[in-house]
Amino acid sequence: MLRYRHVLTCAERTVRVLAAMSGGVDSAVAAARLRDAGHDVTGVHLALAAKPATMREGARGCCSVEDSRDARRCADVLDIPFYVWDLAARFREDVVEPFVAEYAAGRTPNPCLRCNEKIKFSAVLERARALGFDAVGTGHYARLDRGVLRRAADPDKDQSYVLGVLRPDQLAGALFPLGDSPKSEVRAEAAARGLVVAEKPDSHDICFIPSGDTRGFLADRIEAAPGEMVDPAGEVVGAHRGVQDFTVGQRHGLGLRRPAPDGRPRYVLGLEPVSRTVRVGPVEELDVTGLTGSAPVWLVDPPREEMDCVVQVRAHGGIAPATVRVVGDVVEVALAEPLRGVAPGQAAVFYRPDVDGDVVLGSATIAATSR
Amino acid sequence: MTYLDHAATTPMLPEAAATLTDALGRVGNASSLHTAGRRARRAIEESRETIAEAVGALPSEVVLATGGTEADNLAVKGLYWARRAADARRTRVVVSAAEHHAVLDAGEWLAEHEGAQLDVLPVDGHGRVDPEVLRAALAGHVDEVAVVSVMWANNEVGTVNDVRALAEVAHTFGVPFHTDAVQAVGAVPVDFAASGVDALSLTGHKLGGPVGAGALLLRRDAQCTPLLHGGGQERDVRSGTLDVPGTMSLATAVRAAVADVDRRTAMLTALRDDLVARVVAEVPDARLNGVPLDRPGERLPGNAHLSFPGCEGDSLLMLLDARGIECSTGSACTAGVARPSHVLLAMGLDEDLARGSLRFSLGHNSTPADVDAVVEAIGPVVERARRAGDALARS
Repeated sequence: MLRYRHVLTCAERTVRVLAAMSGGVDSAVAAARLRDAGHDVTGVHLALAAKPATMREGARGCCSVEDSRDARRCADVLDIPFYVWDLAARFREDVVEPFVAEYAAGRTPNPCLRCNEKIKFSAVLERARALGFDAVGTGHYARLDRGVLRRAADPDKDQSYVLGVLRPDQLAGALFPLGDSPKSEVRAEAAARGLVVAEKPDSHDICFIPSGDTRGFLADRIEAAPGEMVDPAGEVVGAHRGVQDFTVGQRHGLGLRRPAPDGRPRYVLGLEPVSRTVRVGPVEELDVTGLTGSAPVWLVDPPREEMDCVVQVRAHGGIAPATVRVVGDVVEVALAEPLRGVAPGQAAVFYRPDVDGDVVLGSATIAATSR
Repeated sequence: MTYLDHAATTPMLPEAAATLTDALGRVGNASSLHTAGRRARRAIEESRETIAEAVGALPSEVVLATGGTEADNLAVKGLYWARRAADARRTRVVVSAAEHHAVLDAGEWLAEHEGAQLDVLPVDGHGRVDPEVLRAALAGHVDEVAVVSVMWANNEVGTVNDVRALAEVAHTFGVPFHTDAVQAVGAVPVDFAASGVDALSLTGHKLGGPVGAGALLLRRDAQCTPLLHGGGQERDVRSGTLDVPGTMSLATAVRAAVADVDRRTAMLTALRDDLVARVVAEVPDARLNGVPLDRPGERLPGNAHLSFPGCEGDSLLMLLDARGIECSTGSACTAGVARPSHVLLAMGLDEDLARGSLRFSLGHNSTPADVDAVVEAIGPVVERARRAGDALARS
């Protein structure tokens, strides 16, 4: 019924692979496995920060000079060539600036997903192909076999969501050698291989905001546009300095002047940048039963009729059975059970509705939600 | 392998390697008074005499150091501090825009932390410093300049400065003159006394000696404040236990390289000219940076520095590396991120052309086969690098 688009695959033949190496344990083991599989592997560290810090701070980020050195050290141990590609300008243009613009427009972007779409499997892949490589290999946790993208075996580490935006021609140049392994196995393998990053903490949050202070980062880049916080009755219950400080579903840090009449906590329900309004209300009003997605990408033939699937609306959690219908340029998604905290700007990734629910069918950017 | 990165480091000369390995088994601190110490001291002093003789200096003018970076820092900071101490008005540091970072950053550090004003002299389109430009800079700040540093030969484009004329200008204004001659010694004739400079940096590993052994030639009458304090070795200017094997090996290499300069110059010039002509024949829009080849003596004989319009230097480097050809895009950066070279920008190249540049540097064991390998690879490599540049622009 659901026919996958024909995609040539790199996995079962020996090819020239560019291994993107962040300096972390996952991409190092990925490079090692690709080399062991007989591929001709060259390591590349992507320098994405304009002014990289000399040392890594805590568990955040992957863009310091120290991370670059870690990647180089691993490549040396693996005895593969290693280079640093400076993609800071592209990253700023294609990831950081849209990230800021999306927040300013009252949406909640996912920059990792944008980086996969625009940097790793676009700028890097295209340059690699022109230089004679067949594929880009990364340490993402997802399974890719003959063009079929599936969730990783380790459900806690699954990253198929942030890869769900890739087109078939992009996936044709991708290799994810960690999809079958739990993280603990990858760490143990790194240690066994003598890779110094075996114990390195996982990176969290947003790599270009090493402080972890997204609000502060946005405040430096978006002019303050103060406005009101309004409850479902239309009553003004607080003030704010700009919609970029909020995400749909947010409960903490609302700074409301007075409690709700019923004493229950209030959540951000919606962001309206034009009127500078933040809508707040009780938790049940967060429930969403439908959403509209724009700019869909399909790994199967675009459905001509209604299609049953499982939709995921954020990187962790937010999964529900749904029915999808393509209407012109947009995708209309009817949820079989309500989802809470669905933020416009995030991706809706569609999975096949079978027992495992782990095959990616396509994705779209959430434009609007309905109750 | 085709190793064409001799300006980064060059293989040790067999006789220098033999000297080093023979000496590594010996014991003796050159400051000790017993027999082993005397033996070590004798080896050091004989090495010092050898080095001095080869480069036209007095033995007492050879301050042993770990290499170019230390010698440059000692000269720029030490001469600055000493001159300023003698005359508090002298707080300016004058360097050329094409200096190695060991000089440029030392000057910047003095500006940030020691109240200096850093004046950066422009270079011409070939990377040379015009002595009249230096004269104008000094004339604008009479009695204010503490030290001038202009390199003998540039590490990227191989341009040789008229150091003697520059030193003379500096002395007209009573300013001590330092030159970074790390690329020059063993590659072109260098005579410390005849050049008139007050201080000159040299290092072993650029001329067939070991890494970690070098020297600052410092005139007997030059005042220089030390960076390293301790046992008072090396005229109290550079404390630290002397490296006997490294110094002996350095001396062997300096003597051998300097004695071989004429033969090597002829050999390298022929190979280099052949390389440039044939690369340009393969890639007609490639352009040579630095002094034209018909002006020998103004360019290091082993240096070929070329720009390839429409290419990223790091793509070229990677593709050549994959074919076993090792060269450089310019001075390496700690993070490995390619930034356009400050030398090329100072020479007036635009950023894109500066990014699309390669340095091939030939050395004592280069052969016609090395040139053939580059000529065979360069056409397809440039074509592919151009496609990669286009792909990146399109994606």
